[in-house]
Amino acid sequence: MQLNKNIAISDSGFIFNPSTGDSFSTNPVGLEIIRLLRENKKKDAIIKELTGRFSIDDSTAEKDLSDFLLVLRNYQLLNDHE
Amino acid sequence: MSNLTYERPFIQKLNTGTMNKFGTRTEYAPVTHLESVPVKRIVADYGSPCFVISERQIRKNYQDAVRAFKTRYPKVQFAWSYKTNYLDAVCNIFHQEGSWAEVVSIFEYRKALNNGVPGNKIIFNGPDKSAADLELAVDNNSLIHIDHFDELYELAALLQASKKKARVAIRVNMDTGVYPMWDRFGFNYENGQAWNAITKIMSQQEMELVGLHCHIGTYMLSAAAYGTAAWKLCDLAVNIKTKWNKSLQYLDLGGGFASANTLKGSYLQGADVIPSIDDYAEAITSTILNSAIRQNELPMLILETGRALVDDAAWLVGSVVATKRLSDGRRATIMDFGVNLLFTAFWYNHKVSPAQEFSHHTEDMVLYGPLCMNIDVIRDSVNLPLLNKGDHVVVHKVGAYNMTQWMQFIQMRPKIIIIDMEGKTHIVRESESLETMLRYEKRPDHLSQSSL
Ligand SMILES: Cc1ncc(COP(=O)(O)O)c(C=O)c1O
Repeated sequence: MQLNKNIAISDSGFIFNPSTGDSFSTNPVGLEIIRLLRENKKKDAIIKELTGRFSIDDSTAEKDLSDFLLVLRNYQLLNDHE
Repeated sequence: MSNLTYERPFIQKLNTGTMNKFGTRTEYAPVTHLESVPVKRIVADYGSPCFVISERQIRKNYQDAVRAFKTRYPKVQFAWSYKTNYLDAVCNIFHQEGSWAEVVSIFEYRKALNNGVPGNKIIFNGPDKSAADLELAVDNNSLIHIDHFDELYELAALLQASKKKARVAIRVNMDTGVYPMWDRFGFNYENGQAWNAITKIMSQQEMELVGLHCHIGTYMLSAAAYGTAAWKLCDLAVNIKTKWNKSLQYLDLGGGFASANTLKGSYLQGADVIPSIDDYAEAITSTILNSAIRQNELPMLILETGRALVDDAAWLVGSVVATKRLSDGRRATIMDFGVNLLFTAFWYNHKVSPAQEFSHHTEDMVLYGPLCMNIDVIRDSVNLPLLNKGDHVVVHKVGAYNMTQWMQFIQMRPKIIIIDMEGKTHIVRESESLETMLRYEKRPDHLSQSSL
């Protein structure tokens, strides 16, 4: 699970993928996850980060993260080659 | 960094220049109150889902419609179309405002009587009236609108046998330039059938022809079609006057005015494309006033307006059951109400608003109902904030046909409440329960139990 290299991330949640020309907008939690992915954090570590920072339980974090990763894959921002 | 408000992670590809098929972006403005009543309180007190009716809006719609016609024409009478919404509380608002009753079955007829409507202020339409139904209508001096020759001959025989008199009209169908043409009800104008029916009635001592009726369709987007319909009824009225020296008491133009809902397949919002009540009123009244009918013999104008008077006077409050992701990546949101309660979702793109504040992020989604059935889709595609399980939504303009055409299927039907003129809420229909359903079932002895 790896965020594609070259992806540009702005503080405001604007994301640009130079290899496809696509741009995206994300919300603060999405932005946080993308930053953590860029640091090569694994799923469990990200869940820990989320539950630490926000008042949500493990299952909410897990459910939402799984869904978000699915969307990132759909948008070709994330690939599964290690 | 703790205590940050959490919103589930969201990312959206930015518009790449193609037109957005999800249309306008006005739907996510939250609707936290219905009139002055908090949606949260409605859910807490009455449960979810729950239909909510506004007495104030019904009265306003009625008074606006009456004004549109009465400022243009001397004699106007509305008759509430029971099938559109026959909850007694709703009917009685209309009756209190002065509306007669328009019914299309003996069930609706009895409901009107039960609401205290005098028999002579009930218009009995519809293709299915039994001999017993007709007799009751005759005894009550109701206005019987004959739909076909079988009914005409049956009523004639019945009156001859009983030596009673009936006040009748015929329903006329016609080409108004709007297609498909509704020609399955009543007698056709163009092919002479309507005139034949009139001739037959005029030959019957026991029948008094008091009016002519048409109902040219529903959700009619053309006001001009009503001008055409009124012209054709006037033409018949003038010919009746010429041939039999008989002036009709009324012309009944039926219902069919569009409400501000958006039809499926329409890119434009309903409110931007429908004619106003004034447009319809102008088309109808100017035609009658300009016809060959003499000024001192102008018939009363009856209107059976349904959806345009009640659609925007009710909401459906509901809640999110779950959200999920479809195989193609689209988001799906499952609501606790579906086409079982929102029959009109089959032809309208109902406006759905969240009932709580959200961030500015929104996503495209499919809105499903709770039925385990593929047809249960409320919106094929709608753009809404990031809804979560337990969030509430408000569906707008659901007052017409849903509370009569809803079905008890898989789920039971919920409560209906009304917000009165003072902002107080009242239950006008209880939610159904297992007992409601079982009350009508019978078990033959050999099917009364099993032992698994
Ligand atoms: C005879 C008749 N009158 C009135 C109505 C009310 O129509 P609408 O709700 O379109 O105004 C109907 C509805 O189908 C009808 O059949």
